[in-house]
This record gives sequence, structure tokens and C-alpha cells, in this order.
Amino acid sequence: MAMLHIVNKSPFEKVTFDSCLGHASAGDSILMIEDAAVGAIDGTVFADKLKAAMADKSVYVLVGDLTARGLSEDRLIDGVKAVDYAGFVDLTVDNEKTQSWL
Amino acid sequence: MATKKFMFVNRKAPYGTVYALESLEVVLIAAAFDQDISLAFIDDGVYQITKGQDTTGIGQKNFSNAYKALGDYDISKMYVEKESLEERGLTPDDLMNLVWEDEDDDYKEKSSIILVNREEMAAVMAEQEVTLSF
Amino acid sequence: MASLEINGQSIELDEEGYLVDLGSWTPEVGEALAKAEDVELTDEHWDIINFLREYYEEYQIAPAVRVLTKAVGKRLGKAKGNSKYLYSLFPYGPGKQACKYAGLPKPTGCV
Repeated sequence: MAMLHIVNKSPFEKVTFDSCLGHASAGDSILMIEDAAVGAIDGTVFADKLKAAMADKSVYVLVGDLTARGLSEDRLIDGVKAVDYAGFVDLTVDNEKTQSWL
Repeated sequence: MATKKFMFVNRKAPYGTVYALESLEVVLIAAAFDQDISLAFIDDGVYQITKGQDTTGIGQKNFSNAYKALGDYDISKMYVEKESLEERGLTPDDLMNLVWEDEDDDYKEKSSIILVNREEMAAVMAEQEVTLSF
Repeated sequence: MASLEINGQSIELDEEGYLVDLGSWTPEVGEALAKAEDVELTDEHWDIINFLREYYEEYQIAPAVRVLTKAVGKRLGKAKGNSKYLYSLFPYGPGKQACKYAGLPKPTGCV
């Protein structure tokens, strides 16, 4: 049963994101919102971890949270999909379960 | 009432924030509705069930003994992640003795604590129908 | 806020009649809380009330009815460890009513 993991903490400040990556299963989706959005761009110390996770998981970022922090979509890691609030809703519908990593 | 597999994922230390106590409250409510409940303790969540907690110095209620009552609520699956313990310099000996009584085995007391590694924890999470994270 | 007058002292109650400060409980307060609901506490009531207070002292939670029933059965015998007996003592619900007189919070998950 596929799960949508929602993360809202910056990977540069908290271990939450690492913990999420360590517990998500193949076929799951990960949505980065709020401060977590800063982890979606390429060239960070976190990028390689996220790329590794993308081998068998889908990664999304809430675009409003990205641009609010001065980061544009063209800086996203290849394969990270930008979604708006409607896309957020779609993700919660498309996955059987969700888990919010607080 | 339909029974679902519920997992409560606990990732925060107690007392600094209200997450641990809130989680416990919701666990007790879910138990009142006879659901199939598991608890997971990962990251700082493992501090919720350390033994010897003493809150007299911070003026907060010590609710750690409430975890010992969970066996009475038929909650017998408390998954604790080995890596989370090790990262924090803890061993299973640092945890409270949490038990449940097996009615089918002459009410023998059995440990509720199930030590798992990260990969096993991920598999247990994937089996759940409802996951609530705190 | 509601309150209970006892021996010239005012004891605060919440909107459902439970003690605001659990530390303000005494057996007299228990009697008065029961009397306010037209209940005269007997030794049988006190067995349960004392049991609840001990349970709370140990676990820091007020037990759900199911747990209370099982635990009373273990402690006071099968004849008392059933919901019929407990409801005969506390017709508004053994969890809610007995916890109130015992000066405990309303049990979590009590409906």
C-alpha cells in the first residue's frame, strides 16, 4: 500500500527528513512542504541523499513554499516534481495512506 | 466496529513539546475503540519510555508510568528502533519494563517491547492501515 | 466557574464538575461531590473510589471502563469485576462518575 510522506522540516536543521527517507518504502511518495522545500534544490549537501531515494520513490515539492524562500523551480533536482495546492490534494487522494513527519 | 491496524509513530522527546503526551492521549482513545494498535518509538521518541524519569525539577506531570498501563488496554506491540537507541547511547536496559498479560497463556506477563532495526521498522509501517505521527 | 463549598473553603470545579486541582481532593470532597448528585457513598462505592485513586497514583491516568472492570475483577473478585455491578454503583458510567468522586480527571476516551 503506497504511502505519501509529508515532510515540513528543513533537512539542514533536523533529522526528520533523514528519518523519513530511512522509513519510506519503495513505491512511496514524498512531498516536501514548508521549510522542507529548501531541500529540493540541487547542489546542497542533502541533494545526493534525495537523489538516492528517488531511485524507487517519487519526490514532490510544494512550489509556493519553494518560491517563498527565494528558490526558483529551475534549481530543483532533476526529477523532483513541483506541485501546487491542487497537486497536494491529488497526492493525498492517489495514495492510500499519508504520514506527516512532524 | 471495524478494526484497523493503527500505528502511532513517536519521534519526539517528552516534556519539551506536547507531542508525546498528545500521542498517548490519542492512543488511549483509539484503544477504547478496540483497534489493532502498534506504537513505534524512533529518533528522540525513544526518550518517552526510558526508565527512572523524574520531573520534579521541571514542574511537569511525569506521565511515563502511563505507558505501563497500556498492557491493560490490550496494547502489546511497542516497536523500538535499535538505531535510534544506539545513536543516543541507550540500550534496551535503559527502557521501562513494559508488559502485557497473555490471556491465552495463563495470563503470563510478556514484554511489549519489540526491538527492530530501521529496515524492519519501515516494513512494519508499510503494513499499517492508519499511521498517526507525533 | 463552578465551585464546591466545603468547611468554608471553596474548591474549583471544571464545567463538567471535575476538580480543577486534583490535589484539593479529600474524602470529604468526594462525599460532597457525590451528594451534589444525590448519591450517598457506601463502602462499596469507596472500594472503587479508593481503587481508582491507587490506579491513578501508579499510572497517572484514569482507566477506561473496560480496563477498570478487568482490574477490579482481579483485585476485588469476579463478582465485582463486571460492568453490571459497577453500573449499579455508578449509573452515570463507572469511569465518568467514580472518577469524579475520586477527584480524578475524566478518563481519556470515555464516551
